[in-house]
Amino acid sequence: MKRIVTAVAVAVIGATAALAQENVIGQRQQLMKDAGAATRTGAAMVKGEAPFELEKARQVLSTYVTVAEKGVTLFPAGSNVGETTAAPAVWQDEAGFKAAFAKFEADAKQGLETTKDLDSFKVAFGTVTKNCGGCHETFRVKKN
Amino acid sequence: MRRALMAVLGLAVVGAGAFWIATSPALTASGADEAPGGVPDLANGELMFYAGGCSSCHATEGQDDKLKLGGGHALETAFGTFHVPNISPHPRDGIGAWSEADFIRAMRHGVSPDGEHYYPAFPYTSYQRMTAQDLRDMFAFIRTLPPVEGKAPPHNLSFPFNIRRGLGLWKLAFLDGKEFRPDPSKSEAWNRGAYLVEGPGHCAECHSPRNALGAIIEEARFAGGRSPDGKGSVPNITPSPDGIGSWSKDEVVELLTSGFTPEFDSVGSTMAPVIGNTSKLPQADREAMAEYLLSLPPRPKATQ
Repeated sequence: MKRIVTAVAVAVIGATAALAQENVIGQRQQLMKDAGAATRTGAAMVKGEAPFELEKARQVLSTYVTVAEKGVTLFPAGSNVGETTAAPAVWQDEAGFKAAFAKFEADAKQGLETTKDLDSFKVAFGTVTKNCGGCHETFRVKKN
Repeated sequence: MRRALMAVLGLAVVGAGAFWIATSPALTASGADEAPGGVPDLANGELMFYAGGCSSCHATEGQDDKLKLGGGHALETAFGTFHVPNISPHPRDGIGAWSEADFIRAMRHGVSPDGEHYYPAFPYTSYQRMTAQDLRDMFAFIRTLPPVEGKAPPHNLSFPFNIRRGLGLWKLAFLDGKEFRPDPSKSEAWNRGAYLVEGPGHCAECHSPRNALGAIIEEARFAGGRSPDGKGSVPNITPSPDGIGSWSKDEVVELLTSGFTPEFDSVGSTMAPVIGNTSKLPQADREAMAEYLLSLPPRPKATQ
């Protein structure tokens, strides 16, 4: 009996761990989608497809700050398994990966300080979004 | 018995002779390949250098200057590991001692100045479409870049792929030797796009599935597939529902400019340096590439 209970407990813990891992992958994917949505808003203003609004511009940059702060915590050891396009480099070069997120965060915060109008937002937005491709180059595998 | 043995031996000799002739680099590289002469256009050479994505593979490993073409990158494939060579204008370790004709021959026929076959990891199957003028200009531009010392180690491939001579057969089957021919029924922009995508851009080399011999499966050209380095999957770039069928021309141009997809995802992995190159092309060239890509036959995503 005791053995069965133990077995069930182990199975439940295992399943929970697996579920948590799926969750963490889902969470970081959602976070990246949030970043994408912010970029859509920012790009529309930068390209003149939408009128510039300072409040909106600041929201775009604050979203990036949140994404950077949360994002770095969502790649725990073991979460390389599952439906993910995170590259092995995330775990092989942990320091480099954290540094990339730190730079993204610093650039976004800097942007929040310097953004006063469309011109200053253009500069900030350009600098911050360079981090996207820069990080994906090393830390994400190809995806369809 | 003795006669039979002689016959077998004779056949083996004839077979080996035929193999030797059929695989001769000189045979592959026969035909007119004189340099076009005239003064090279360095600005066009620079454009072709970026369109050709030379630095994505040949930039010196472990540093950020994309104009240092010392090579050294290890390309892991199903056939083994290719060590990308030095193509900086260093006279000993790079291509500094090459003539224009040597360069054109390498790009068109995949043959080195000392008459060896190159492996098609070097995408001469696409570069062969380029005009002699563009190749001349590209070579002239590379010669203006800093010479870098040092050679990459030799490739580390498994049998039978480690027999270079065998590439002669591969080329007979898969290298057609045809320069790009514009389609007069299509617009100038479409033709420019076709040239850039099929020739220097060599987009199909990654965005197509390959057969067991490493040649592109033509019926699925541009339909994506497994990544050649085994990591992840390469997107379908034909205008089908699981490709770029829902993208507008502007959205394709945006991707080639900033790396952002219509969902504002930012492309990564080996496509990131490609964007680094396409972002340096004239806007009209990116528009032309987009026009051509969106005119491709829609194909379902390849799974090989």
